[in-house]
Amino acid sequence: MAAPVYIAGLGAVSAIGDNVQENISSLKEGRAGLGPVRYLRTRHAEMFPVGEVKATNEELAIRCGWTGTNSRTAMLGYLAAKEALEDAGLSLHGHAGDEAGRSAGSGMTEGWMAGELACRVGLISATSVGGMDLTEDFFPAFMANPKAGKLSQVYQHECGAITEKMALELGVSDFVTTISTACSSSANAIMMGARMIRSGLLDVVVAGGTDALSRFTLNGFNTLMILDSQLCQPFDKGRRGLNLGEGAGFVVLVSEQVAKALGQSMDVVLSGYCNANDAHHQTASSPEGIGSYTAMKGAMKMAGLEPAEIGYINLHGTGTQNNDASESTAIQRIFGDAYPRMSSTKSFTGHTLAACGGIEAVYTVVSLRQQCLFPGLRIEVPVIDKPGVMVQVFEEDADIRHIISNSFGFGGNCSSLIFSLV
Amino acid sequence: MSHTQQLYINAACRIGNNQAWKDGQLFFEQAGVPGDEFMVGLYRKLNLQYPKWYKMDRLSKLGVLAAEIVLGMGVNLNCQPGEKAIVLANSHSSLDTDARFVSQMEEIPSPAVFVYTLPNIVSGEISIRHCFKGEQAFFVSSRPDMEFLYSYVRAIFADGRTRVCLMGWADILGEQFNATLYRVSADSDDSVHSMEFNTQNLYQYFYHEQGAVS
Amino acid sequence: MNREQLVEDLKQQIIEQLNLQVKPEEIVAGDPLFNEGLGLDSIDALELIVLMQQKYRIKLANAEEGPKVFQSIDTMADYIIAHQPAANK
Repeated sequence: MAAPVYIAGLGAVSAIGDNVQENISSLKEGRAGLGPVRYLRTRHAEMFPVGEVKATNEELAIRCGWTGTNSRTAMLGYLAAKEALEDAGLSLHGHAGDEAGRSAGSGMTEGWMAGELACRVGLISATSVGGMDLTEDFFPAFMANPKAGKLSQVYQHECGAITEKMALELGVSDFVTTISTACSSSANAIMMGARMIRSGLLDVVVAGGTDALSRFTLNGFNTLMILDSQLCQPFDKGRRGLNLGEGAGFVVLVSEQVAKALGQSMDVVLSGYCNANDAHHQTASSPEGIGSYTAMKGAMKMAGLEPAEIGYINLHGTGTQNNDASESTAIQRIFGDAYPRMSSTKSFTGHTLAACGGIEAVYTVVSLRQQCLFPGLRIEVPVIDKPGVMVQVFEEDADIRHIISNSFGFGGNCSSLIFSLV
Repeated sequence: MSHTQQLYINAACRIGNNQAWKDGQLFFEQAGVPGDEFMVGLYRKLNLQYPKWYKMDRLSKLGVLAAEIVLGMGVNLNCQPGEKAIVLANSHSSLDTDARFVSQMEEIPSPAVFVYTLPNIVSGEISIRHCFKGEQAFFVSSRPDMEFLYSYVRAIFADGRTRVCLMGWADILGEQFNATLYRVSADSDDSVHSMEFNTQNLYQYFYHEQGAVS
Repeated sequence: MNREQLVEDLKQQIIEQLNLQVKPEEIVAGDPLFNEGLGLDSIDALELIVLMQQKYRIKLANAEEGPKVFQSIDTMADYIIAHQPAANK
């Protein structure tokens, strides 16, 4: 049995809240964050509802305590990762009284402590748009005149630049990397983090993802004709497509030794994970759901779990014809008629692309801790019509020990994570 | 991490500077033509017969050609689809295609271009072509970090689900392109080209001017 | 443009837009475009929608119409003729 990987901290920012607590309140109260575009500048503003984080870039910069030109992706990611680190109770040596460890400019980054224990801390962040939001602002002026445009708006373009900026501000430097595998990105970041802890390369990993809305993604998904012009209805037979969202979600993964040193009750572990390729099409999932089937099966095998032990699935559930059909077929193949409970929280947040696996991992861990199930909204005729399978209203006193969180991305990239109560 | 398992690079290829090298030998060359023309030349040389190739973006075209050299041409990997993994990296992500898509946004952008605006689509295309259904990852870094890729591939093998891994570098931006791929396996191919999987051999093949390991 | 010309034009446009490795004369106007025919896929279908808009100024209201309109070159030609903007007639 491989060494356990504990969840020590959570952080999330999305259309339904600026922190974990606000996110959870919205989920409990059935309050979706989808609506007309308010912050992104796009000519499609009236056409498609989106799940925006309810803040301007200036407001976010104040919350971060940053000056200058900053990508929205970096700011969202920093806020969520900082919350997760604070939640874990790790402290940065030499920065007493500043537990989140902002050490910008100090260069002192090797001093992370869990109680008395020094730890090697890594940041594995996922993003698919990176600093493209800024590049889009740069472009019009530049196209009009090659000597115009502010260059400060392009140096964060590359995905890795976002993670580097976050790491610098957080004070994490032992290991920093970026994963970009479309919509499964942050699930893969969490998986890689767990693997690095298990193999003894790191003691603590802040893992998750961040993506801001951009014109590029909105236009792109529009060309694929998979955007819903109404509020999305994941796992409903009448579904029309997805709503794009934005946000960030991070978990702090720690080794057993760190968990002990932190002295909190460590109640949730990442017990299984698996990534597989659907090998069917650039963007579409295979009708049989081969990739999702393999990912869920592989994760269950690693966790040593039988289908009946899975209490709930946080679905990838984008609301497109293709994903929901493929995912439900894969689930049916594994569970037969004995379905676990399931829902798609993208009906609240929209599809946050590279961030969704991180945000949904946060929701999943809270579900286990509070023994509750968050609903999928607006289901009229469920894809899985067996009564009592889809969670449609907030439920308490759920008896669940193991949850699968699914994230599937373009390129056939399919990942499943399993979180378990200890 | 288990470092005890012996792994081998059983095949390697490098495409760049309008040349394609298979293991230590120059396989194809077409000097003085644009990269796109060179790639079509290589496609014909490989006798690929895969019309879908023409529809791909340039990164996928390059990656699929390189994969064909180390995986195609009658190679029998002798393992299940789920046991075949892909780990790739580059420095320009999908920028070559992103730029093309952005240039279309004023008019009607092409869905066929948009689907390639992610670096890992090339992994998907290779997976489709060669029936790879195992794990995959795509990293973007400013330079080929073979130490990192080496340890990542090791970790994948250590999990016990993987028997063959296609790994390496696939990068393209305008006329600059480089695809250097390695076929790594737990079993030695019993060939003169088979060598130990280690960072030194990875680097040596990557940087050797003739794409050969001496 | 008469119907015959339109069919030839469509063949050429489709080959260009979809990067197909066939010659116009190899496409039979009545043959299915998807699956067993030219082997087009869902992304190609979206490209055909773009093509209709770009080259023939015809906007398909929704993707659902696609399968019917894009059965073959013939059905595409019929649709274009039926929906042609007045100025181009």
